[in-house]
Amino acid sequence: MKFDVRVEVRLRPGIADPQGATIERALPALGFEGVEGVRVGKSIRFRLEAPDEASARDEAVEMSLRLLANPVIEDSDVEVTAVSAGAPGAGPAAVAGTAATAGTAAAAAGAAVEQAIR
Amino acid sequence: MTTRIGVVVFPGTNCEHDVVRGLRAVDADVEVELVWHGDSSVDGFDALVLPGGFAHGDYLRPGALARFSPIMTAVTRFAADGGPVIGICNGFQVLTEAGLLPGALQKNSGLRFLCTTVPVEVCTSRTALTGAVAAGAVLRLPVNHFEGNYICDAVTLERLHDEDRIVLRYTENPNGSIDDIAGICNVEGNVVGLMPHPERACDPLTGAMDGAGLLRGLIGVADRKALAPT
Repeated sequence: MKFDVRVEVRLRPGIADPQGATIERALPALGFEGVEGVRVGKSIRFRLEAPDEASARDEAVEMSLRLLANPVIEDSDVEVTAVSAGAPGAGPAAVAGTAATAGTAAAAAGAAVEQAIR
Repeated sequence: MTTRIGVVVFPGTNCEHDVVRGLRAVDADVEVELVWHGDSSVDGFDALVLPGGFAHGDYLRPGALARFSPIMTAVTRFAADGGPVIGICNGFQVLTEAGLLPGALQKNSGLRFLCTTVPVEVCTSRTALTGAVAAGAVLRLPVNHFEGNYICDAVTLERLHDEDRIVLRYTENPNGSIDDIAGICNVEGNVVGLMPHPERACDPLTGAMDGAGLLRGLIGVADRKALAPT
């Protein structure tokens, strides 16, 4: 089966986000009032071949922990969507099926941080 | 036996020639060679330097992809065997991403790219980089980075303190680094990462000579390794 995967990477709570702070300061200058808590992250998308949704998600979480995010400063969320067979040009917009968000990888990230400390 | 120091070059590294010149300026007898990231051996070297630049374009995160370069397996083994490994600027980022040093380097506070010279205090002289400089000495060293804001969790920071692993501290913190950290080392002190560029302060022409003492310390450690029976 094929799955569309979206990994959202963002700075962990408590990590200063100077880009977010700059955007937050800039928005009122354009008249957008009342904005707070701006955080800047990355969105990484790819298609993945896997036997089922659970293993697709597991693999994507593993990718996040080992490469896509740096667990010292970043958290990641993984969203996996099955690509329906026969969907023409199945892009994210043409996708049917279930979307599932694997809870944040923070707990596992903590373990990885432990390992990184030598 | 001639002392040989390898300078690792990734695609996007741009400070390798500064390091070669700096080392040769400090000691004309030392042999310095560039080592391509695609090589798989560092045999015969007595010390390694990972210089500054933008390894693999800094794609994803600075240093994130460099750790997959074939040479890093050899660098990791060399470090585990006690070989001196110095990561300067982007090289420091590579060492943290590769897990050879703890913590991470995030964007400077204030979102400012820094290109200036700052005073830096040497906190310990027990490392592969600081053996020729007294602890407490304040050096003026160039910094040139966007992601030099060192961060780690509280447990790691305590360990860095307790194990005498904070190598350099800014006396005027330019980038928001936790505890003013400009450089750290591993437990043994043979792997050192630092944001300032000592190699750019080794020639009177550039207006500063304070980096020479650090490179002299590295060459001293490499000299001893070259003489040691294998």
